[in-house]
Amino acid sequence: MKRLMIGNQAIARGAYEAGVTVAAAYPGTPSTEIVDNFSRFEGVYAEWSPNEKVALEVGFGASMGGARTLVAMKHVGVNVAADPLFTMSYTGVNGGLVLVSADDPGMHSSQNEQDNRGYGRFAKLLVIEPADSQEALDFTRRAFDLSEEYDSPVMLRVTTRLCHSQGLVEEGERATVPLKEYRKNEAKYVMLPGFARLRHVEVEKRMARLREYVETSPLNRIEWGDRSIGIITSGVSYQYVREVMPDVSVLKLGTVNPLPEKLIREFAGQVERLYVIEELEPVIEEQLKSWGLQVTGKSILPRVGEYSPELLEEKLLGTVPRVAYHMVEAIPPRPPLLCPGCPHRGVFYVLNRKKLIVTGDIGCYTLGALKPLGAMDSTLCMGASLGTALGLEKARGPEAARKTVAVIGDSTFVHSGITPLIDIVYNQGNTTVLILDNGTTAMTGHQDHPATGRTIMRTETVQLDLEALVKAVGVERVRVVDPLDIKQLEQVLDEELAFPGPSVILARRPCALIDKSSRARLTVDEEKCKSCKLCIKLGCTGVYWVEGEKKARINPDLCQGCGLCIQVCKFDAVMEEGAR
Amino acid sequence: MSGNTTNILIVGVGGQGTLLASRVLAQAAVDLGHDVKVSEVHGMAQRGGSVVSQVRYGPKVFSPIIKKGDADVIMAFEKLEAARYLPYLKEGGIMVVNTDKIDPLPVMSGETHYPDKLEVKIAELVPKTVVLDATAIAERCGNAKTANIVLVGLVGRALGMPRESLLEAVRGLVPARAIEVNLRALQHGWDHLDQVPVKISD
Repeated sequence: MKRLMIGNQAIARGAYEAGVTVAAAYPGTPSTEIVDNFSRFEGVYAEWSPNEKVALEVGFGASMGGARTLVAMKHVGVNVAADPLFTMSYTGVNGGLVLVSADDPGMHSSQNEQDNRGYGRFAKLLVIEPADSQEALDFTRRAFDLSEEYDSPVMLRVTTRLCHSQGLVEEGERATVPLKEYRKNEAKYVMLPGFARLRHVEVEKRMARLREYVETSPLNRIEWGDRSIGIITSGVSYQYVREVMPDVSVLKLGTVNPLPEKLIREFAGQVERLYVIEELEPVIEEQLKSWGLQVTGKSILPRVGEYSPELLEEKLLGTVPRVAYHMVEAIPPRPPLLCPGCPHRGVFYVLNRKKLIVTGDIGCYTLGALKPLGAMDSTLCMGASLGTALGLEKARGPEAARKTVAVIGDSTFVHSGITPLIDIVYNQGNTTVLILDNGTTAMTGHQDHPATGRTIMRTETVQLDLEALVKAVGVERVRVVDPLDIKQLEQVLDEELAFPGPSVILARRPCALIDKSSRARLTVDEEKCKSCKLCIKLGCTGVYWVEGEKKARINPDLCQGCGLCIQVCKFDAVMEEGAR
Repeated sequence: MSGNTTNILIVGVGGQGTLLASRVLAQAAVDLGHDVKVSEVHGMAQRGGSVVSQVRYGPKVFSPIIKKGDADVIMAFEKLEAARYLPYLKEGGIMVVNTDKIDPLPVMSGETHYPDKLEVKIAELVPKTVVLDATAIAERCGNAKTANIVLVGLVGRALGMPRESLLEAVRGLVPARAIEVNLRALQHGWDHLDQVPVKISD
């Protein structure tokens, strides 16, 4: 019987059916559900690694050790893992290894929209791209055979719209794949220059073999229709093409690197006008042009953002959607914001009041950059807050350090905040680092990490002690505060900013979405409310402004009773119910 | 319906339970033998942002996303989101508006105001508008958080889905301890359509 699955679930299933026994990942939208789902199968090992580089290195070891191995990450995670990836292209595999790169066109939940098909060409990998959940399962399963056949990691490239769309999937049986023998082979796995030079020759031979393979690969197919228009496409764009142009001829590519040149030439030769429809970069189009083919792509389609059936209709058919109804009135936007009761809110309220330079990082707390809290000056990549703060200080002098704070979450700190902290100590910076320790990887849906003391397999483990770690790298001043205690937080922050030398403040309180402790019920005494709107400036949906009455009021369905509004009210108008 | 495909757009605010609603409708459509695609929102937008899930079913579905002017039904968990996605509704389509009002950040901070009487304005534009306080109905069923399933009951029936398929989908998708309250919510949503008889085939 067919089942509905999001693409990520189908990838996990495909890996399971391929006989994969080891999987590693760091959570990141849109990839998170892949290894999360995989970890629920019987008889497999899965882990949340501290970061993507470690995940791929664990994958390398597992593959060398003979197991079929799945490694998954979001597109920018591949940047972190790029170092082992490029050289693993040289070593090749023992047990098949598939690296899933989950790209995010449109940046639903990312800091950039890089096109990781580029990595396929750069690192010389077979890159395959499914177009729906069934293909996600089938292609993943097939990818492990190809990895072993061509002695190479295979990249399965997917996008948000595939990862998070459900489609019907026919499941298969799990293949019995015995662990391959491990044999020491330094010429293959020790990448000293002398060995690596020989492996590079092997890589080029492999690419030649892969170029042959893709010409007849069942992952590519031609759907002949009206031959006046021929479209070459892949991934979810294929679905949009089929939706809006059901009658045209389509070459649907499942292998996007290397490209099947003969197949493409044959297709191009039989259609009058040739188009390439690919989101983001003209990876396919530019190769076709380099072969001298006449093709239309990015001259009419955007390089920016996600595609849609609507967009193809507009750009290719010149039709605009028939909109039957619309509001004349302007509709205010609704950006995401920190949840009611979120411990980060206390931190950003204080940082905003103090008008500090705040170097930020990647997580829910990046939302602290938005109004009304608006307390963030930079966000670059995972772990960047610490190095950025040090750089600012080195450029502007120690005085700047007294007005600068680096803000990073617990999971992000473990991911890549430790080495820059060592840099701060080593190079005698004065940075004040705030670790927002909510005890989880919140943004991606509450995954465990080394400092939570639990694994993805739902077992207890050694809990990384952040205070001890920070002290061990040489930070002498380590403070622990409650981020919802504004006075305490302000005082500690003042002391640590004034202190010449590095310090770490652990602002510790569980994420409001997982905190199961009982909550106070709050209310506003309308007599005492002086309409100053200080509580409204917390940017919390738990308290709202009643324009007609010029009073603040608590929304009891949303309020988590965190008490921040009680602390910011100068007229004691907000209180716990029954305290009046 | 767009050709033979039925399109349901489910809009709301992150955290309101739009994902579960889309999954129940999709599962019911699968049980009826349709090809089904569902597009969901995960990640940052779930943090109180504007969210949209899309359910499409029919003999063969390609795109997981719905074009503007092509939704047979919009199921709005919140009034402002109903207004925002109105251009997606097909001529003659059904607009279901839950009367929940959640101020977005620019309204909370006083930069702009929340438009007045949105449900009335929508009803003036769209003949097949159903306005209901699903949250209040859900509360009467025993849990305000089942407002999503109240809406599923109503929309599922308006689309001509058999009640048993919807009940079965709910049973399969909610945790065991919450099944009873959700089945009550589904029934209340189903019954609510008696008061506002709109049907997709009308």
